[in-house]
Amino acid sequence: MHELDRSTIDGGRRQALKTGVGLGLFGMFTTLGLLPKSAWAAVDRKAFDAKSLKEALQAMGGLAPADSNLINLDVPETAENGATVPVIVESKLPRTEQIAILVDKNPTALVENWTIPEGTEGFISTRIKMAQTSTVIALVKADGKFYKVAKEVKVTAGGC
Amino acid sequence: MSNPTKMKAVASNGVTEVRTLMQHEMETGRRKDESGNLVPAWYITDIRVQHNGKTVLEGQFGTSVSKNPFLVFRFKGGKAGDKLTLSWTDNRGEKRADEVAIS
Repeated sequence: MHELDRSTIDGGRRQALKTGVGLGLFGMFTTLGLLPKSAWAAVDRKAFDAKSLKEALQAMGGLAPADSNLINLDVPETAENGATVPVIVESKLPRTEQIAILVDKNPTALVENWTIPEGTEGFISTRIKMAQTSTVIALVKADGKFYKVAKEVKVTAGGC
Repeated sequence: MSNPTKMKAVASNGVTEVRTLMQHEMETGRRKDESGNLVPAWYITDIRVQHNGKTVLEGQFGTSVSKNPFLVFRFKGGKAGDKLTLSWTDNRGEKRADEVAIS
């Protein structure tokens, strides 16, 4: 019984030490600004809760984006696995400051939103989940204005 | 306990290309387990990449990003040996930061 008690106490102390070290590292990262925090061109989290494309665009402040041939959206015509659909967005628009990826028929439309600082190329390559055949939209904010390009992806097996 | 982000950054002709695979289940909150119970949403919400302390990319995720998020992007500058840090936060408040040297 004594043995058991001691090991429990030791365990507790070890845990406390671990937590202490964890907090120390956390503090250090916070001081160095290494942890993500609410950001400059970040969208309101509620944009990610929006069910429809229209609501999502509204929440992002880009309800009527203009079509642009300076954005290249590279998606497969058919995706056999909706759980991993490769998406590449490349914007040649001057002063590209934001790139977002939206899927019209997903349960929530907004998938990813990126802030592109000066010096970073308007290029994002990623993989997303699609629930069903849908239009995929690349939304780009450049020089304060919203632009878009949209393409349909046929999904054989949904991945949402 | 989360696993380290797999990360590779190569500088060439004044541009650094960063390839990453964050290690995360990315549960949508809509999937059911074998017993038919909904698996709670668990996904990365915020990502930041810093080069020598300067933010070179910052992003937010919703629930529809694939498991173990894949990301490639490029920024001007960066040279071999420079430090690149990717940090993320998930919807449970878990955080991690991983570092790689540019090659």
